[in-house]
Amino acid sequence: MSLPGFFVAHKHEVLTLMGEHLWLVGVSMLLAVAIGVPLGILLSRRPALKSLILGTNNIMQTIPSLALFGLLLPVPWIGARADRLAILALTLYALLPVVRNTYTGIAGVDAPVREAAIGMGLTSRQLLWHVELPLASNVIVAGIRTATVITVGVATIAAAIGAGGLGEFIFRGLAMVDNNVILAGAIPAALMALCADFVLGLIQRSLVRRPARTHH
Amino acid sequence: MNDSPAAAIEFVNVTYRINGNRTLISDLNLSIHRGETLMLLGRSGSGKTTTLKLINRLLAQSEGHVFVDGRSTSEWDVIQLRRHIGYAIQEAGLFPHYTVEDNVALVPRLERWDVARIAVRVREVLQLVGLPCDEFSRRYPDELSGGQRQRVGLARALAADPQILLMDEPFGALDPITRAELQHEFLELKKSLSKTIVFVTHDVAEALMLGDRIALMDSGKLKGIFSPAEFLRSKDEAVEPYVTAFRATQQILNSGA
Repeated sequence: MSLPGFFVAHKHEVLTLMGEHLWLVGVSMLLAVAIGVPLGILLSRRPALKSLILGTNNIMQTIPSLALFGLLLPVPWIGARADRLAILALTLYALLPVVRNTYTGIAGVDAPVREAAIGMGLTSRQLLWHVELPLASNVIVAGIRTATVITVGVATIAAAIGAGGLGEFIFRGLAMVDNNVILAGAIPAALMALCADFVLGLIQRSLVRRPARTHH
Repeated sequence: MNDSPAAAIEFVNVTYRINGNRTLISDLNLSIHRGETLMLLGRSGSGKTTTLKLINRLLAQSEGHVFVDGRSTSEWDVIQLRRHIGYAIQEAGLFPHYTVEDNVALVPRLERWDVARIAVRVREVLQLVGLPCDEFSRRYPDELSGGQRQRVGLARALAADPQILLMDEPFGALDPITRAELQHEFLELKKSLSKTIVFVTHDVAEALMLGDRIALMDSGKLKGIFSPAEFLRSKDEAVEPYVTAFRATQQILNSGA
């Protein structure tokens, strides 16, 4: 069967698996941002924690994804369902770029800007919301963008532990030695990664200081 | 008129050590009068900026007391203390993502002034520093020249009408022409405002021109306080190198003319 023919014949399954894939990536990224941004902010306030948190995250990244899925299997509640397990693993992978970029973005705020802000009597929280986060936002979004693209790819491996997603086609195609089936998983995954990259890229560009303007 | 103490700012036996060992300021006693412009003059590393930052508690002294309006800075709520004092620095430190108007309006907004009052005040202080509000309020800092940015920094420091103004080499990074222009306007401004101003500089000419009094600092110690006239007459060995350098410049200028 030709590739387009496969897509037509398996339309429903393709859409279901894309939906699952999107769900895995979406939930993982929401968690990664919800945990990673506050962690990055914490690092900017307590630089002593930097090597601990970034180090742990770095080690996490070096664990091969397939092994990480396996290692998390015995964890109670998490290991009970494949999708929970996949989401936890994906979140752990996505965390590093988000934490690191949040920290880097905040640390990159010009010293005189920060000094003036503190000298004028901004509280630590006001400094964060009025100055640091707005100025770091495009770097933070760049981290989220990197993390999302990685997660879309790694999420295909979730199928190995039965968590669904487009990896189903890839593993099935490998077992059947059928390139069309592999491509039926790989192409939508690649498109998804490209779309995420494009959309987040637009957001990131809109955050660079302010909209470009000419002035005379 | 009121029962507030004569000194707006007072240092009593103040010592500041960094990391508990290196002494940056030692045993400083200094009284800054209400309404005067006091120049903190010294070379880099003399402790003049450190002294300034002890006033708004960007740094905290290791020993002694700093009093602002008669109250020790350690008793002030630090946020209230800072909002009570205007602060302008060399690089201006404007928020690049805020327009001129938003930069200037920041402290009044944090202090929850009503919108109409803020608008009036922004217009007023921008006018004061020579920037017509209609032309500049919507601009961003990267659309301004260095001199204009410095003016906005000054307007921002003045926005909430603080009675004390701290200025850390505010004209230090400007080209000579712009600097002379701003110095001249500063003189006019300080006459009309009657604020207590503490001004850090390493430039003798600037200190002589803008100050009511000059506090000379060297290696973390106060070497003396002089009026500009006293400073020029002084035979103090700490003062002499400054005066010699100043006169040498003048002589070169005069002989060339």
